[in-house]
This record gives sequence, structure tokens and C-alpha cells, in this order.
Amino acid sequence: MSSELAIEAHGLGKRYVLGERGRSPLRRNREELWALRDVEFAVERGNAVGVVGHNGAGKTTLLKILSRITAPSTGEARIRGSVGSLLEVGTGFHPELSGRDNVYLNGAILGMRRREIKAKFDEIVAFAEVERFIDTPVKRYSSGMYVRLAFAVAAHLEPDILIVDEVLAVGDASFQRKCLGKMGEVSNEGRTVVFVSHNMAAVRSLTSKAVWLDHGRVAADGPTGEVVSQYLASTIDEEVSGVVDLRENASRRTVSKYTAQRVRFTSVSLLDPDDQPTLAFGEGAPLRVDMRFDVREPVRFLELYVRVKSTEGQRLFSSFAGQIESTIYAGRYRAICEIPENPLRPGRYVIELVARAADPEDIVPTALVFAVEAGHLEEENLRYLTTADGIVRVRSSWSGVERDELPAGTLEREPRLVGP
Amino acid sequence: MTAPNGFLTGRGYSHERMAAAATTERDQTIVIRPPKGFAGLGVADLWRFRELLLFLTWRDIKIRYKQTLLGAAWAILQPFLTMIVFTLVINHIGRIKTPIPYPLFALSTLALWYYFSNSVNLTSASLVGSSALITKVYFPRISVVLSPIFAGLVDYCLAFCLVLGAMAYYSFAPPLHALLVPLFVVLAGLMALGLGLALSALNVSYRDIRYAVPFVLQLWLWASPVAYPGSVIPERYKLIYTLNPMTGVIEGYRWALLGTGHVRPLHLGISIGTALVLLLGGALYFSRAERAFADVI
Repeated sequence: MSSELAIEAHGLGKRYVLGERGRSPLRRNREELWALRDVEFAVERGNAVGVVGHNGAGKTTLLKILSRITAPSTGEARIRGSVGSLLEVGTGFHPELSGRDNVYLNGAILGMRRREIKAKFDEIVAFAEVERFIDTPVKRYSSGMYVRLAFAVAAHLEPDILIVDEVLAVGDASFQRKCLGKMGEVSNEGRTVVFVSHNMAAVRSLTSKAVWLDHGRVAADGPTGEVVSQYLASTIDEEVSGVVDLRENASRRTVSKYTAQRVRFTSVSLLDPDDQPTLAFGEGAPLRVDMRFDVREPVRFLELYVRVKSTEGQRLFSSFAGQIESTIYAGRYRAICEIPENPLRPGRYVIELVARAADPEDIVPTALVFAVEAGHLEEENLRYLTTADGIVRVRSSWSGVERDELPAGTLEREPRLVGP
Repeated sequence: MTAPNGFLTGRGYSHERMAAAATTERDQTIVIRPPKGFAGLGVADLWRFRELLLFLTWRDIKIRYKQTLLGAAWAILQPFLTMIVFTLVINHIGRIKTPIPYPLFALSTLALWYYFSNSVNLTSASLVGSSALITKVYFPRISVVLSPIFAGLVDYCLAFCLVLGAMAYYSFAPPLHALLVPLFVVLAGLMALGLGLALSALNVSYRDIRYAVPFVLQLWLWASPVAYPGSVIPERYKLIYTLNPMTGVIEGYRWALLGTGHVRPLHLGISIGTALVLLLGGALYFSRAERAFADVI
């Protein structure tokens, strides 16, 4: 590995002045915001570096400074080699121009030479799969075609240093995979890549080092695996102990006239294999939901549900305890729901608890938020699928890919013996 | 990566093949610092991005009359219809007499005026109009200011063809010094560029420019000897007339093309001087404001 530095940043800072832009010289005391503060990092030539952090942590500002879109307020960055930046796909696409014209225009905007674009033109169009429409104005394109063409131009950029901001969040799943593949190629070619993404799976698969920005400062810097784990652990900020008290927490519960409240959840936690409360699990690890509840009046036919939802509220799956036919008398109770292998992809998830008898008794839509971290899955076919391929992951096996020697129209696996 | 990579990359796009075509500037080091004082306009970068300027100009030409019924005919209709109005109002009602047929007299300078005023209009809106580009990608920002000035030349040439048609109609033979016409067109272009640099940068912070520019240009047209010869200016307005930097350009242009009127060295000097001051001041202001474009726009 070459030890030569492609990017060096020392004390980089970016200050924004908040408030209306009328720039009246009379108003003096205006609020300042440091989007970046004292950022130090270095990228070796040929390395791919991921930049992770919360929204508003300064990731995009850093990329904008490195790509010279905006100037820093303090510090200095040195960049050795030509830079290509992709903060967006399709920058400068003009709706009235044809796909062909836009390839040339967009290529030039991204810093490509005309002969370079000419040499790659057919490849770009084939990659985008828009051959038939290349002379149609792009305003007539479907949004999918538009994005594919825009990305195709960008994917054929060949600068020494490629700066990429979350552009993979576009297009359909198969196209995203194609782009990830293309980016993988880029980082394998010895090109330096700086990559911002919220997709931790993409960051892990594409980069070897990562920088975690938190409120404009570098919170961690090092091998991707470690930095991403630290970052993900930090995203679980609510409950330090891992046990959520549900007694007084009105904000988590749907208190309404529709719940009878004879049964009331009092606490919930997730247990690791050593029975310790935790809020972070590896992919595929067992999940145990430990819930406690009070019963105030005797209840028959009690049903308990544990629902796992995305942070957007989509239900991913539920676990049902089955109807408990015997009467449950007043008192304190505990139940544990065990999911031997969680099918969740890396990300944050919400647990919802539901108790009902004939009518709903208690509903806690946001009982607990937990994280699933990318783990080292043994199966390669699981590792390379991203969230774009689906929200959950299931084990599967494939027979080897073989040439199909059977004559067309024959569906049988085994050649049938034909009698004389 | 092994098998899964092949799976991901699908058709295995060859990069080795293309590497030769790629432009590599490995040894170039870019230093990014907080800007101090007057940064350069990035003339070196403008040269590196010269093809972008070409593409932007070509885009401006190509999209100008897209989805219009009459297309490029607008480049001719604008000065032609204005000439008809001027002929009615100035020539017939105002009874201003010109040594050559009035339609030809007005048309020739209108072609130049439209080049100038459209350039000022388009350049002053150029940065704001390109905000999507400016906030997402680096390129010398001056490219988007320059492109309408180059693209406008195409319209000017079309309008000039109309002038040639009028000359043929009136059997008018231009003098030999008509060969100097391009110099005056360049002077008008430089004047527009100087104004455009300052106004486009101002427009980023103060959108007032968008309303002021078309209005001021309209007044400016009447203050300049486009529709009338300089000889009709009353004595008491002579000073304003002389100080108008477009006076020298238009008088000179008309003299070169039609051989009427004179080029007064004073007027021409004021024009050239103003153009230089505008260019220098515009460039300085632009380079100072440039660093904040992406943050303010």
C-alpha cells in the first residue's frame, strides 16, 4: 500500500451565519453555527474512506469543501490529483436536451474531456439501458431512466479522487446493486474514494477506513468496522441501562379510550444470551424480549403480541403468544418472547407491545428502540445483499448454476426413461 | 473480492481499456484554504474547463428557442418589430430625419443593442439560474457568466443578416470601414461582460437585480442613440449623452457600418474606459463574492 496521502485536512472548519440573508449592516449580533470544527484526517492514495454521522453532522459540508464548492472558514486541505465529485446525480441535466446532449453536457460539468466522453459514450448508454431513447429529450424520460442515465455518466468518471455523497439512494434495487458493483470496481482500481452514506452495509462493503463526524467534529477515525460499530452504538442514545420503564411513560403509549388498561405493561428490555439487557444485536443473533406487566382485574383470553417495526412504523413481523385461556388474576407478571435468529438487516428497529383480551388492553407503539449491527455473516449470499434487496434477510441455499442440457420445453430434472 | 464481486458487477466493464483516455493530473496539488483578499478569477481553471464553457454556450444556443413555434425567428423578429414601431413613432410622428432610410438606420443599431441588452439580462440572471450546478459541483463560476455572451453572438449574426437584407432592399452599399464592425461588437460584449460579472454576483445576494435590470435597460435604450442620430440631442442634454458609455459604441458602430455620423474620440474613449473599468471592477467583485456563492445562493 502506498503511504502517499491523497487528501490531508488540518483544522478544517466551516462557519455559517444563521438568519435572514438581507445582510443589513445594522444587525450585529447574529448567531453563528460551526458546521465543521477542527477536522483533521488524511486519506492514503488508493484508499476508500467512508464518512458516517447523523444528519447535520457536517458530512456534506466536508464533501463540499473537499470538492471546492464552498470555501472553508478555517484550516487547510491538500488534495493531490484530479478530483471528481458526485454530490448528486444528473447535475446540470437540462430537460429540453436529448439524452445524448445531456451525456456530453453532464460529462463536461463533471470535468470530463469531450474525447473522453466520446470514447465512453456507447458504454455509458449501455450501462444506463436507454439506447432506444438516447435522442429523446430527457423531460420525456421516466424518473428511473433519468436517474440511470445520470448515474451512468457519473459512474464513468475517472478522476484520481472520487468524492461521492449518498448517490446510491436512487434507482431501483437492481440498478443500485449495479452501481455498488461499479463503485467496488472503482475502489479496487487504486482510486481514492471518499464516500458519504447512511447505508452502513454499503460503507462496510466499499470502504476500508471510515471517519465518523459528530456535530462537526471527528468523533472517530480508523478501520471501517470499528468506526461504524462505534457510530451505531451511539445512535442508541435513549436508554443507557437497556431496561425501559413503561409505567409513567405516556409518550410511548397509546393512552386512549380504546384500551381497557386492565393489563398494563410496566417495563421491557431486550436480553442478550447472558441475560443482560442490551440494545444492540448482531445480524442473525437471537432476540429475547423481556416484558413485565401488571394485571389489575382478572382477565380471560389474554393475548400478547410483540411487533417489530421499522423506524418509519412499518410492521416487519409479529410474534404472538397465543391465547391464554385460563383467567389471569391481579398481580405482577413477566413474559419472555424469544426469536432464535433475527432476520433483520443492520439498522434501527422499534418494538411495539400489545396486550388484548376481548378488547385492546394496552398498546405501547414505541416500547423500545434497538439496533441491529452488521455482523460477520458466514454466508456470502447474505453479506452482499443490501437493504435495497429487502428489509429482512432469510437463509437460503442454491443449487450450483449448471448448464441446462435438457431440450427446450422439458421441465423434468431427471431424464425420463423411455420404454421401447 | 472474489466470486460475489463478479456477481455484482454483472457484465464486467473494462476499465483498463479506458484508462488511457482518462486525463490524469496526478502531480497537481490543490490547496483549499479560507480565501483571503482578492482571489484570482481562476483563469487557469477556466482554461482547464474550456470545454465546459463550450458546452454551456452550445447549450444556451440550443435551448434558447426550444419548444417555441417560431424558433430562431425570434432573433430576427425582435429587432424587426421594434424597427417598425420606431419607424412609426420616431420617424413618422417624431419627424426625426436621418441621412439614410430610417428603417435601415434603426435596424442596424437595434441588432447591436439587442445583443448588448440580452447579454446583460441573461448574464445577470446566470448565476442564480445555475444554482443547482453551483451548489453541487465545482467549476469556474465565470463560465456560466461568459456563456450567454458567446451564445448571444449567434442571435446577433441572425439579426445582422436582417440588416444585410435591408441594405439590399435599399440598395445601400456599406463603406469599406464596415470591416471595423466586429470591433464595436466586441466592445459591446465586453461592456456587457463587465456589467454581467458585477450584476450576476450581486443578484446572488440581492434578488432586486432581477427587477432592476430589465427596467434600467429599457431606459438606457432611450438614452442611447439607437433610435435617433446623436445630432438631434439638445445642447442641455449633451453632457448626459456624452457620459453614456453606450454612446461611443453605438455611434462608432453606425459610422463603421453605414458611414453616417462620426466617431468622436471623446465618446469612444469614454466607452472603452468604462468597459475596462467595468471589466476590472466586475472581475474583482465577482472573485470576492465567488467564494460565498454556494452558501448564499
